Amino acid sequence: MTSTTEILRETAARLLASGAVEMVIGFRQGTIPMMNEPCFVRKPAEAGLLVWDSHCGINLANYVTDRKEKKIGIVAKGCDSRNLVTHILENKIRREQLVVIGVPCRGMADKRKIAMKCPGEILRVHETETAITAEGEGFTRTFEKADVLQHNCSLCTHRNPVIHDELAGEPVEEQQGVDRYADVRAVEAMSPEQRWKYFEDLLAPCIRCYACRNACPLCYCPTCFVDESRPQWVGKGQDPVDVRTFHFLRAYHCAGRCTDCGACERACPVGINMRLFTKKLEKDCLELFGWEAGLSLEVRPALDHYRPNDPNDFIR
Amino acid sequence: MGIEPGRLQFSWISSAESTKFVTVAAQVTEAVRALGPNTRFIKPLAEVA
Repeated sequence: MTSTTEILRETAARLLASGAVEMVIGFRQGTIPMMNEPCFVRKPAEAGLLVWDSHCGINLANYVTDRKEKKIGIVAKGCDSRNLVTHILENKIRREQLVVIGVPCRGMADKRKIAMKCPGEILRVHETETAITAEGEGFTRTFEKADVLQHNCSLCTHRNPVIHDELAGEPVEEQQGVDRYADVRAVEAMSPEQRWKYFEDLLAPCIRCYACRNACPLCYCPTCFVDESRPQWVGKGQDPVDVRTFHFLRAYHCAGRCTDCGACERACPVGINMRLFTKKLEKDCLELFGWEAGLSLEVRPALDHYRPNDPNDFIR
Repeated sequence: MGIEPGRLQFSWISSAESTKFVTVAAQVTEAVRALGPNTRFIKPLAEVA
């Protein structure tokens, strides 16, 4: 058990006991290793369920959309807190409803990277500050945490929560000099033909399960465009054109809002890196409008705001 | 996303700028015709017996 877990349990129990919140949204141990699951704690006695380790990757902002409770405690990493800010700006929750229990984050482990390096099924996982040990039938493997981070976490420059009412632990040092967009630049450098082919290969395994959409805190539309049938905007089968339309349109719906929390890629059962699309839009937003999503409650989002010096070279 | 440059174009035309609309429409048509038929984002219709 890490001390963050203890602080979270203590904080949750205190907030619930004093009536400061009606429930706390956090993580509990999953039924299989490296798969912690969201958990809604409503009684102080249940606060002991909460855990914190390198497998709390799910973005909890997804669970506060349109909630009616007057006060909700929510555990938030850097990216979760940015999505909470986005939620507040988009009127999906009010700031007064939230008691944000911020957790300075050192990155979440990529369960696929760990599983790939183990010879069998992983039955137990434990970790220290810098290392993760996976055990299974007849094997024990220890990894440097830095080597098995999720790709988006290894590029993260906002590890500390941007809003918080409580803080579970000391703020961590932010990563400096990270080249966030090397992969996007590589795609940008391709010719249109190469790019078409590249995306065709990237999306070929997609089974249209919509796990990426469901895991995404931005995807809260009551009826998603892919589920509409009157009119039916996009075919529902595995046709490559429909698959591509789904992924591109979903990405564009996230333009200027995505915080690169990695929820989509983590949820994907076939391991598609659809973050490449949202990251391209994130890069454009940063370069053209100097905008990074979810950093402040004071500034209106790039696509919600007009400035006379907005770039418009593409319009003739 | 792999669409040829020039196939997608943007313009800002007020409802009062009818001549600009005509000019731009003509230019876009000409530019796209020069690119030839579109091959991307096309879904073959299902064969019906």
